[in-house]
Amino acid sequence: MELKVLGPATPSEGGCSKGSCGSTDDQMAHLPEHIRERVKNHPCYSEEAHHHYARMHVAVAPACNIQCNYCNRKYDCANESRPGVVSELLTPDQAVKKTLAVAATIPQMTVLGIAGPGDPLANPARTFDTFRQLSDKAPDIKLCVSTNGLTLPDHVEELVKHNIDHVTITINCVDPEVGAKIYPWIFWKNRRIRGVKAAKILIAQQQKGLQMLVERGVLVKVNSVLIPGVNDEHLKEVSRIVKEKGAFLHNVMPLIAEEEHGTYYGVMGQRSPSQSELTALQDACGDMNMMRHCRQCRADAVGLLGEDRGQEFTLDKIDAMEIDYDAAMKKRAEIHQAIEASRDAQRAAQSAKAATATASGLPKGLRSVYMAVASSGQGVVNQHFGHAKEFLVYEASPTGARFIGHRKTDQYCAGDTTCGDAETALQRTIRVLDGCEVVLCSRIGIEPWGHLEDAGILPNGEHAMEPIEEAVMAVYREMFETGQLAPPAFENRSA
Amino acid sequence: MAYEITAACVNCFACMDVCPSGAIREAKPHFLIDAAKCTHCEGDFADPQCASICPVEMAILNEFGEAANPLGSLTGIPVARLQALAAAGII
Repeated sequence: MELKVLGPATPSEGGCSKGSCGSTDDQMAHLPEHIRERVKNHPCYSEEAHHHYARMHVAVAPACNIQCNYCNRKYDCANESRPGVVSELLTPDQAVKKTLAVAATIPQMTVLGIAGPGDPLANPARTFDTFRQLSDKAPDIKLCVSTNGLTLPDHVEELVKHNIDHVTITINCVDPEVGAKIYPWIFWKNRRIRGVKAAKILIAQQQKGLQMLVERGVLVKVNSVLIPGVNDEHLKEVSRIVKEKGAFLHNVMPLIAEEEHGTYYGVMGQRSPSQSELTALQDACGDMNMMRHCRQCRADAVGLLGEDRGQEFTLDKIDAMEIDYDAAMKKRAEIHQAIEASRDAQRAAQSAKAATATASGLPKGLRSVYMAVASSGQGVVNQHFGHAKEFLVYEASPTGARFIGHRKTDQYCAGDTTCGDAETALQRTIRVLDGCEVVLCSRIGIEPWGHLEDAGILPNGEHAMEPIEEAVMAVYREMFETGQLAPPAFENRSA
Repeated sequence: MAYEITAACVNCFACMDVCPSGAIREAKPHFLIDAAKCTHCEGDFADPQCASICPVEMAILNEFGEAANPLGSLTGIPVARLQALAAAGII
């Protein structure tokens, strides 16, 4: 059947054939209304919401009770954006102060999470002290926690007490033999335990914790790290099981394993998955609601996903800020109302357009095209090419535009002056856009335009301020009409 | 001799949270064990708790001044590989 870009839920063609992946309102149609209401303004849980709302993490939980082969506890780098990396460890009091300061300065903020760098539930005193204070002082902020699950069953009651209605559990396997290849040891009942025995305990605790949370109505997202040759095939089984047990969203993330990170996988040459391997696996887990807009952000990230404003809120800076949180809370409520009104209007306009757009019928056999989009939020093409630190990649096909993922121009490291990377920013951007035939942005300079064209990527600034999916489909239609989608392979035309 | 923390420590709090004798304190540049309070966990646990949870090889010395978690014992990375990477300035 013909799929609309946006419209009533009609799951088909694998997991994510709709205009928007992650957890859109449509994809969550199977969830009860009260749950959809709870995630509609959560940037990590709702793909659509992440264009509008911001989140922050506070690093109050440095201790961990397990070792993962993709983690190195010694590592920190100011230029890197990935889980586990932080610049400043905070005490609960400092974390509370920072949260109030950020929530007052960035009114789009809706969510405060504790995600490490260690395991928040291996640091229960620091984690719950932070939550306790925040649920009192910032009642409009949603509280989240991310855990490896080892001690989760012991903390479920406390989590419920603090009104934490979102928990993320990292579950990389349900088979201890696979687990033994991912976790060298755990600290359990006052002993270090290794190998299959350790993995067995961890898996049992994760599954028990998941079940307990679901029984209490807590929303559970499952994170899995995709490790080629270790758990790639196995993750389909993981996805099936966690869905069955009531997790509502699955986030399969690519392994990050650079030698210089000093992780076991990095040092031992374990490769990361390619974008197409990741997309293929996400599609194969199609029965489950899959998250595709994750930025694998730092454990102290601040702001919209893909934009880190952490440097504006270092301890010395927040000390100098005067915060009237009551006033800030009122302002936030007003701004959130305005955001919701504009989202409703955008949705209505899009579904009206989409209904006519797809009905006009592009031939079904047309090849699909990857397009990169520069956007700083609100779901529209609104960023200058040269300002984009990441691009959203969409696949255009006769069934509509579907979100594939994002690509960072400063893939894991932006510190080329300190890290000795001689590649220019433009060269790097062109490299990360490999496979995309078009790049949509609000504006672009002459020089990068030429370089992009030479690389076979056509820049397009004609759809500035238009909703992304409409713009992508408009360009796709134009490519069809000018004969660019006809076989044989795409040939680049000059501007 | 008490247990001791070396400069390899990453100040992650894990040992402090599990020490039954309250012998570990936050300090700069790294956490420290109060020799007078350290009991090696004798009477409390079969294994010394700090050494059993510490994620960093070579960060804790036992009562004989030996690394409780020698190079390669926690990550499984071969020692020669670790040494080569360290010599090359990669890690």
